[in-house]
Amino acid sequence: MSTLNSLFFLCRRDVLIAFRHRQQALNPLLFFVLVCLLFPLGIGASADLLKAIAPGTIWIAALLAVLMSLDSLFRTDFEDGSLELMILENQSLTLLVATRVFAHWLMTVLPLLLLAPIMAVALGLSSNVLIILLTSLLLGTPVLSFVGAIAAALIIVIPHNGMLLALLVLPLYVPALIFGTSAVNNAALGISPEGPLYILAALLVLSLTLSPPAIAAALRTGVSQ
Amino acid sequence: MMQWFHRMASPAWFYRFSGKLIPFLILTFTPLLIIGLYGGLVTAPSDYQQGDAFRIIYVHVPAAWMSLFIYIVMAVYAVITLIWRIKLAEILLISSAPVGVGFTILALATGSLWGKPMWGTWWSWDARLTSELLLLFLYLGVIGLYRAIEEKRTASRFVSILVLVGTVNIPIIHYSVEWWNTLHQGSTITLTEKPSMHIDMLIPLLMMAIAFKVFYGISLLIQARAELVEREFNSRWVRELVEENSDG
Repeated sequence: MSTLNSLFFLCRRDVLIAFRHRQQALNPLLFFVLVCLLFPLGIGASADLLKAIAPGTIWIAALLAVLMSLDSLFRTDFEDGSLELMILENQSLTLLVATRVFAHWLMTVLPLLLLAPIMAVALGLSSNVLIILLTSLLLGTPVLSFVGAIAAALIIVIPHNGMLLALLVLPLYVPALIFGTSAVNNAALGISPEGPLYILAALLVLSLTLSPPAIAAALRTGVSQ
Repeated sequence: MMQWFHRMASPAWFYRFSGKLIPFLILTFTPLLIIGLYGGLVTAPSDYQQGDAFRIIYVHVPAAWMSLFIYIVMAVYAVITLIWRIKLAEILLISSAPVGVGFTILALATGSLWGKPMWGTWWSWDARLTSELLLLFLYLGVIGLYRAIEEKRTASRFVSILVLVGTVNIPIIHYSVEWWNTLHQGSTITLTEKPSMHIDMLIPLLMMAIAFKVFYGISLLIQARAELVEREFNSRWVRELVEENSDG
């Protein structure tokens, strides 16, 4: 089987599995909305204040939703042995892993982008900024998925690892968060958001190219234990 | 050369060698520390702006240097662990982490103490403070991951990957945070330019930096010896060592 074919099959399989477990794919969305809801409740409903924190709120909610979904990335495959088969397969594990993370992003993170404008409007962000918010999330959330996948692979042998995962992942999420929110903030202030968006795109390229080998190395270590 | 390398990497040899090395390191460390501290706290002229408050630099700056330096050293051990699977590198890698945590906390605490009289606040969300705090979390992540995995050789490989990922990320985190907010005074000493510091202030600072490096060596060796004996508990050389000690 050619490489492209097997990557396509893996992607289709992952998407199908996600479809069959719709409830599980829905959970990050609910989580995202709930976190967005907590901010006005905790900070107060003053419109100016909410408008000022809206970009940060949406970004942090998206970031936490990605974090919560990471553990499912390799866990079931590791436990039922299909990960071992993937490694034994005569294909580059790096590419397989990249496909897996992409499929995961497609099914669990991309739907967030549909909800983000609604939450942004609810928080009082003006509608001409929405397109920048969506662009920043479109560029930034794959960074979160790929970087987070490294940590998910590193803790594959440890059951019940939620806190450790957060400790490993959150410091690495800082650059994406900073540039994502500052692009939106710039747009809201009427300054050009291009600079942060370009840097976000650079982070995306870096994480797409550098993280799959690290994920593959970590999974190999985990399986060979 | 390779033979020497392998001999040095054997646990038993390392244990004996490091045991002999530690007293010498302590003998270098103590005078350096005393002279450096005396030079910094007593003989160096006080700063024309900050008065005597600047003297905390003699602990703060070397500690901040060490916090980054140790992470880079850990990255070197991580490469050795991943490529040559040398057990000693694994042990040196994980033994470095607690020392790194110590220096990072020291840099943060002294920075906070320095910030109070200078900036009027214990903590400000300044770029360098924030990235130093993030570095602390990177160290804690390394230790947390290592502790969570039972099989220590596997744990070491996982930790090595994590440290390399962190090494790639540290400059990105640093520059993004710097871009985000800056209040900290600029570096007074860089490798490429002439330092903007009086020579009487500089010499004690460099002595303190060397003293801190030697201290890292001492605590690294002590940690590594303990870790080594713990891991090799059932091996022959540890049993021989115990018998020797019980005889004498």
